[in-house]
Amino acid sequence: MHRFANPARFLKIAKPATAWLLGIGLVLSAIGIVGALFLMPPDYLQGETARILHIHVPAAWLGMGGWTGIAIASAMQIVWRHPLAGVAARAIAPAGGMFAFLCLATGSIWGRPTWGTWWEWDGRLTSMLVLFFLYCGYMALAAAEKDRGPDGRAAPVFGLVGAVNIPIIHFSVQWWNTLHQGESIQLTGTTIAPEILWPLFFTLFGFSALFGAVVLLRMRTELAATKIEARLRRTASA
Amino acid sequence: MNQWAFVIAAYAVFLIGAGGLLLWSLLACRAAEDQAEKLSRRK
Repeated sequence: MHRFANPARFLKIAKPATAWLLGIGLVLSAIGIVGALFLMPPDYLQGETARILHIHVPAAWLGMGGWTGIAIASAMQIVWRHPLAGVAARAIAPAGGMFAFLCLATGSIWGRPTWGTWWEWDGRLTSMLVLFFLYCGYMALAAAEKDRGPDGRAAPVFGLVGAVNIPIIHFSVQWWNTLHQGESIQLTGTTIAPEILWPLFFTLFGFSALFGAVVLLRMRTELAATKIEARLRRTASA
Repeated sequence: MNQWAFVIAAYAVFLIGAGGLLLWSLLACRAAEDQAEKLSRRK
């Protein structure tokens, strides 16, 4: 991992990787969306609204996965002062925050015809809302101490402490009585019918690839902005 | 209750949000890298 601490070396890999992730992500997402909207049959119980599953689940996965990424990058920033760790965490935050918001929004739209309500203050929904607020707080904090570079401590500590919420979201459906259904996909198997499940793999991997592309694009943007700032400073002092 | 109205609304919100994020990141990256390239070419 330390081999990529050099921004020039990182950029050499990040540029082609961005293009690959974008291409793969767009193709897989398009197949998944077409499959979910037009090819799979309606669910025997929920009817057509089951099609929301194929965007809601990847949004939840990426919202939680994004914060896990922030926590790992924060640990690397604190322990090894990896110069790209803070850049990576700051790049993940808006993408993770957007997917946490999309999870809440699509879940709310799904909840109205399924549960008869747009919102319920239960364990799963509330802990996901807390995650969205954590993203907002992290972005504000990281922007405030961006100039301190790898020496900044408040944002990475916040990133690590906020990771406590990830297992709370995951186990909320087991710990508390909730309107939200329990886990339907586990490592040992699934309760979802194969004809409804298959587009989910496409949207899951497709949106994950696009998430990766967005993170790389935002890291490249920050590195270019740092380069511009350094260049302008040199010009001004000359 | 027309179930398709909820499905279309959910997909519209998702595609606008995720597509907007992707487009914003793409344009910001292109603008920043172009400016950095121009500055590095300038003596």
